[in-house]
Amino acid sequence: MDYVIEMLNIRKEFPGIVANDDITLQVQKGEIHALLGENGAGKSTLMNVLFGLYKPEKGSIRIQGEEVNVEDPNVANALGIGMVHQHFMLVDTFTVTENIVLGSEPNKAGTVDIKRAEKEVQALSERYGLNVDATAKIRDISVGMQQRAEILKTLYRGAEILILDEPTAVLTPQEIKELTQIMRDLVNEGKSIILITHKLKEIMQVCDKCTIIRKGKGIGTVDVKDTNATELASLMVGREVTFKTDKTKATPGENALDIKNLKVKDSRGVEMVKDLNLHVRQGEIVGVAGVDGNGQTELVEALTGLKKSSAGEITLNNRSIYNLEPRKVTEAGVAHIPQDRHKHGLLLDFPIGENMVMQSYYLEPNSKRGILNFKNIYKKAKSLIEEYDVRTPDEYTKARSLSGGNQQKAIIAREVDRSPDLLIASQPTRGLDVGAIEFIHNKLIEERDKGRAVLLVSFELDEILNVSDRIAVMFDGKIIEEVKPEETDEQELGLLMAGRKSEKQGEA
Amino acid sequence: MFSNRTFNIVVPIVSVLLGLLAGAVIMVSFGYNPVAGYAAMWNGAFGDAYFLGETVRQVTPYILSGLAVAFAMRAGLLNIGVEGQVIVGWLAAVWIGSSFGMPPVVHVLVALLAAAVAGGIWGFVPGLLKAKLGVHEVIVTIMMNYIALYLSNSVIRGVLTDGEDRTGNVAETASLAAPWLRELTFYSRIHYGFIVALVMAFTMWFLLNKTTRGFELRAVGSNPFASEYAGMKVGRNIIIAMVISGGFAGLAGAMEGLGTFQYASVSSGFTNIGFDGIAVALLGANTAIGVILAAILFGTLKIGALNMPTEAGVPTELVDIVIALIILFVASGYIIRWVFLKFSKEGK
Repeated sequence: MDYVIEMLNIRKEFPGIVANDDITLQVQKGEIHALLGENGAGKSTLMNVLFGLYKPEKGSIRIQGEEVNVEDPNVANALGIGMVHQHFMLVDTFTVTENIVLGSEPNKAGTVDIKRAEKEVQALSERYGLNVDATAKIRDISVGMQQRAEILKTLYRGAEILILDEPTAVLTPQEIKELTQIMRDLVNEGKSIILITHKLKEIMQVCDKCTIIRKGKGIGTVDVKDTNATELASLMVGREVTFKTDKTKATPGENALDIKNLKVKDSRGVEMVKDLNLHVRQGEIVGVAGVDGNGQTELVEALTGLKKSSAGEITLNNRSIYNLEPRKVTEAGVAHIPQDRHKHGLLLDFPIGENMVMQSYYLEPNSKRGILNFKNIYKKAKSLIEEYDVRTPDEYTKARSLSGGNQQKAIIAREVDRSPDLLIASQPTRGLDVGAIEFIHNKLIEERDKGRAVLLVSFELDEILNVSDRIAVMFDGKIIEEVKPEETDEQELGLLMAGRKSEKQGEA
Repeated sequence: MFSNRTFNIVVPIVSVLLGLLAGAVIMVSFGYNPVAGYAAMWNGAFGDAYFLGETVRQVTPYILSGLAVAFAMRAGLLNIGVEGQVIVGWLAAVWIGSSFGMPPVVHVLVALLAAAVAGGIWGFVPGLLKAKLGVHEVIVTIMMNYIALYLSNSVIRGVLTDGEDRTGNVAETASLAAPWLRELTFYSRIHYGFIVALVMAFTMWFLLNKTTRGFELRAVGSNPFASEYAGMKVGRNIIIAMVISGGFAGLAGAMEGLGTFQYASVSSGFTNIGFDGIAVALLGANTAIGVILAAILFGTLKIGALNMPTEAGVPTELVDIVIALIILFVASGYIIRWVFLKFSKEGK
């Protein structure tokens, strides 16, 4: 059989760890090949080896049957390998075309011949159905379009093999659908794609083959049509995984959180939350579904005091928490798992133990007469680390050196430990692998069962459908409909999220 | 191979050695003997009790101005205004010291406090502007330096004296002079100020690492977004950090006003104590103990350098170049870090 890429028995060591141990990856022409593994399994390392950023200790790489020595990324480019990174490498203030030609600008008498480049880019875009405006500035186009600009960049440079690193992590469900189509078009045109992901549904939908890596070891390659998501998950994690989160029926009590006619403006003064009404009862998980940018971020910021609302009412157990400072909101019994754990959730350069007391460092017994009691702080942190199974060498390790899943576990330990009346979880599983997702979902349900109100904001429909007891669909700053998870499906939710009200009126 | 902590010690030391080495190369290329040059520097700093006393005197304000820069840096702020805060601190200390009569000990303490308050006010303004309006502290502090310089000149001419270029000496009750130490060091200008500097270094360490306020300040410096999320008041912490930083700087000025010179004079240019403090803080990795060590190095270089032209014939300009090279190597410490990592990787 003819392979476009063969990575045979690759081994890559770093001081102290073996990141890749005897991994073989063989990709055929015209194939979408998934590279599946948990966070830290060694996917990125393997791709960096292919890209010439790391030199493997053992193993060989063959491109189109020829054994090659990829010394640096330029060699990889010349061999027709292009990579679309998870974090885009684009200059915000440049146009799509300018970004694409950056580094290999076509010149005419010493000046950049941007007109010619634009024509070429536009032609490429049409050929592959990418629908990108070659003259638009990057900062003016959506994230999905930016990703396509990245894809165009690799195509423009003659890539035959495209590596897409977690491409759907930043996309809305609709954009994911479009990307799927683009990937199919690309392989129909004879390109080959390596898709790095830990989302099983995507693999089942678009991929032909799937190579699984677990803890640096190659587990094997399977034909996607001969397998199913459950089998892939257990291959990836190394044990049985349940997808349906086990939960009993909710027994909601009194109204805990009550939001009435809330209005919130964003930093530019644009009203993002418009007359929003929502309530969450004790012992209930309410999921807020919606496409990113419909005011969810502003809603959460207003609830937690990070942003001032311009009008409305917010009460928690009949006490107003409207426009209180973040500390007062916390003290009123609100816990918050923030959307961006690196920006808001953690002091990355502080020990994980001190991150555990981020909101309680000033309270006794952590602090007495203005002096911190570190002995006490670290003792508490140690017990939380054990209880929540945060994998870290010790409580003095910097938060930065923990994996994403363990960072999130630490945040959840901190937030849940305060026994809050209301737990706000914003995108709590973003970027995490199946094992960590399972853990976090179970914790949310555990909190619910203790009679606490839980507000879950997520762009992942699976998560919303699995975990919520009631779903509120947010569109254009309002809750446009509330539905029961058992009475709806992705199709209906997708339509609601796009702003189309269903015929039947949902109970409010 | 190295832990982060080891790096923080190894990198500055290697930087200093590289700076000295580069300085030697320059001395050689201009036809001077580097061994003689550095020997002259050593003698000039530690050669006898007088030089030792002078070195301690020079180190004292460096510790305080280094602490000022380091403290702000730990809270995420670049206080370029230490220079101006030094000047107003100097002026305030001399004003209290020369214009009021108070009992001994009390007088000197009040004068020191006045210096700290003056420096604190000079830090408060950029802190407030940053916290409330988001004006970048670098711009404001640079401007505040000029305001301090010319305001001080005009106060000395118009308020403290009648058109003179310098004030009278501070009262004996307000002086930091240590006659027995001066005698011991053949009448160098050494004074009790070094005790103040060491106490302040301890204060900074304690404040940042042991107190609740210090935790907030470091948190805001490390990640203001997470600090806000955690309920800390970012703006208030910025102001507090700038005021405390200014306070340290003001004390550095008091060292000169109450210790070294005993008066304040009209000046056409900056003292450079504040600007050198930036380098001291950088070399000392913004820690209290690091600042003390870096200040000792800078003080030694400055005082030792004075002896190089006379004993080894090396012009003072070359000495300034050596000092600049050391700062350059420290600032590019990450390159040294990178080389170390590279070698440790190859070694495996």
